[in-house]
Amino acid sequence: MQAPALRRDSVAWELTRAILVLLAIVGTTVLLLFVGGYSVSSGLAALWRGSLGSWYAFTSATLVRAIPLMLTGVAVAIAFRAGVLNIGAEGQLLAGAAAGAAVALTLGGLPAAIVVVLALAASAVGGAGWASLAAFLRSRFAVLEVISTIMLNFVALYAVSYLVRGPLQEPTHVYPQSSTIGDAIHLPRIVGAGRLHSGLLLALGVSFVAGWVLRRTAAGFRLIAAGESPSAATSAGGIDVMATTTRTFLVSGALAGLAGGVEVLGVTFALYENISPGYGYTAIAVALLARLDPWRVAVTALLFGGLEAGAGAMQRDAGVPSTLVTVIEAALILAVVAAGALRRRSSFPASDTSPITA
Amino acid sequence: MTLPHSHDAPVALALRGIDKRYGNVQALSAATLEVRPGTVHALLGENGAGKSTLMRIAYGLERADAGAQFVWNDRVRVTSAAVAIAHGIGMVHQHFTLVPTMTVAENIALGGHGRLDLAAVARRVDELSTSTGFALNPNARVETLSVGAQQRVEIAKALVQAARILILDEPTAVLAPAESAELLRWVRAYADAGNAAVLITHKLREALSVADDVTVLRRGRTVLAARRDDVTPDTLTSAMIGEELNGTRAKSSAGDSRPRAASEAVFRADRLTLSDADGIVRVRDATFEINAGEIVGIAAVEASGQRELLRALAGRLAPASGVLAHPSAVGFVPEDRHHEAVLLNRSLSENVALRGAGARRGMMDWDAVGAQTERLMLEYDVRAESAHVPIRTLSGGNQQKLVLARELELDSNSERALVVENPTRGLDVRATAEVHARLRSAALDGAAIVLYSSDIDEVLLLATRVFVVFERAVRELPLDRERIGQAMVGAA
Repeated sequence: MQAPALRRDSVAWELTRAILVLLAIVGTTVLLLFVGGYSVSSGLAALWRGSLGSWYAFTSATLVRAIPLMLTGVAVAIAFRAGVLNIGAEGQLLAGAAAGAAVALTLGGLPAAIVVVLALAASAVGGAGWASLAAFLRSRFAVLEVISTIMLNFVALYAVSYLVRGPLQEPTHVYPQSSTIGDAIHLPRIVGAGRLHSGLLLALGVSFVAGWVLRRTAAGFRLIAAGESPSAATSAGGIDVMATTTRTFLVSGALAGLAGGVEVLGVTFALYENISPGYGYTAIAVALLARLDPWRVAVTALLFGGLEAGAGAMQRDAGVPSTLVTVIEAALILAVVAAGALRRRSSFPASDTSPITA
Repeated sequence: MTLPHSHDAPVALALRGIDKRYGNVQALSAATLEVRPGTVHALLGENGAGKSTLMRIAYGLERADAGAQFVWNDRVRVTSAAVAIAHGIGMVHQHFTLVPTMTVAENIALGGHGRLDLAAVARRVDELSTSTGFALNPNARVETLSVGAQQRVEIAKALVQAARILILDEPTAVLAPAESAELLRWVRAYADAGNAAVLITHKLREALSVADDVTVLRRGRTVLAARRDDVTPDTLTSAMIGEELNGTRAKSSAGDSRPRAASEAVFRADRLTLSDADGIVRVRDATFEINAGEIVGIAAVEASGQRELLRALAGRLAPASGVLAHPSAVGFVPEDRHHEAVLLNRSLSENVALRGAGARRGMMDWDAVGAQTERLMLEYDVRAESAHVPIRTLSGGNQQKLVLARELELDSNSERALVVENPTRGLDVRATAEVHARLRSAALDGAAIVLYSSDIDEVLLLATRVFVVFERAVRELPLDRERIGQAMVGAA
């Protein structure tokens, strides 16, 4: 289907972008380490060791962190594609984690496989339910979702804080966290890969299906059209834009909620306050770097997972504050924006988000 | 045609020999306007004749390429609206420039300098209310006011700045008849007090009822400047639409595609009433039929209700009352292509797939869509690198041909119907001719086509029948340029 000339250009751009991204990472890291007065070599070594330096680091640190980033990244990507600026993935993740933990803890008597499925389903419903508050305000009262979702993030944070000190607190009432979920209900580990759990397969599956829906189905095309131009989608396409965007908002919330459930059943095995180190916010960067394509999200989530894992190692081994990585992530987004601006000024065609060329 | 004033007579506002060019469009060529003190001056012309451009130059919003401006007999160089205001020129735009969430007093205070004393502004508003007879509440929020009241706020804004020359751009287009009459009475009194008012309008009757002098622009030139008593509706209409082509164009179009015998109604309206998004009635009690093989031209000046009529025929607007029967899928080529017809960043194929996307189920067969798009590109001579480039990379003419192809060709429906709104706006001569040819051949193939164009010549060139929409009424007229022109402005 694709004209050869265009495909070559697209590949050229993919490479240019990838190189720009890597340069941005290395350049910013070196610069920040230098400016901060840290040893550049030991900082870089720690970053490498913590992320890709060993099989253990890759699986148990990088991939484990990539899982929630992938799920929330896809959640943000599809919402943004539909023109829904859902920046509430963090709150939806927390709502999903709480719902998943509650189900896993109360249904302990049922067969383990059923409990796992029900807990994950509950986390998706919890995330969608949390998103539905903002979706309702948006469709009924035209409340900007940018405002409502970020506010609901804080509500979710404090709601979880309440839950782990109240209804869901562990029986001794000492620690602000829930009881630990029984071993049988944990997501199975992937053999030979340390702490890496099967949530990775779920996240990869979600990313694949979401990308496929956008590219190949009528519903996905409606979503893209509604996000691209609500007026043209309505007038020329006969698309019910409000229904399309509301539905996408709920699915987005469900995926973010699922990330919370997967985190509880695969990593933390209990609900507590700081269950997410801001995955839902990083997800925005993950999605933007992937240019809102769920397939590319799988790659960028991996990159950010590696950065976050490396940040931990830098802090432990080289005494570099882990917030440095946040700055690197921000620099990445700037690099992507710059690359986009560069492309718009050059003669390269903007074909990369087309369902046929992507 | 002699001008009624010599250059020595006193003028409130004069524009002489004004040229203005936008790209390769000559918007004004040697346009002239002489406004005497103490008069209401009607500035008439069709859409695109240059009325608004000329007045925007007078008010400093545009710079003329050549020509001179005089205010109270002095040569002035109006380089910005601030300069115009300093010379005592005020302008009330067709689309208001008010901040809806602010109060009347706050809006009037906007544009002032130095310290803001709202109490003083409120007192000034009260004084104005008394002197003008406008009932303005300084503390009312603008968004809570009726359109007529908002317009009075606009006028008050100009008066606070001591405007002695007031330009009103289509001031009655948005008003109910009673409000219009009230406004025109006020304009009369304002002029009688020694000021001057310029009334930009399409409406002949209105111009003749209130104006002392009349200037008519056609295609950027001043074609008539006269005292009110020296003109008739007929002379004004002829001046506005030009006489040279009258009749001939209509005949040529009627020859080749007369309505077929035994044709059947594709659209049928019975006492159809339509309201706009704000619930204001735009078309009232329209009854008509449109048959297969016809091109029905809609002639109307701006905001006469044609916008709503076209959207109702295209199935995009439900009737407020009455009956409108139309085919299940009507093709629609809206005037604002970029907002209503295409997804600019998406490929040609995706834009073709947009038609009917709301009802589609299951999978997208992009290979089939791509093949279909390539067929349409070939048939309609759409010049593009491939079906996969973003539609924004195409010229306006090629974009429009693709939209036309999509809206005409993608119906499995045997009853083909198409509504087009200013289909050649912004297109070059060649693309215009191609679009015209497409519309004609579609009608010959049995499609029912409704065409609105703000260019009456385009309507006459293509239409087999003509409906005129004026002040909410739809009526059919014979293909007579002069009668149509008069009916559009309410002169017949």
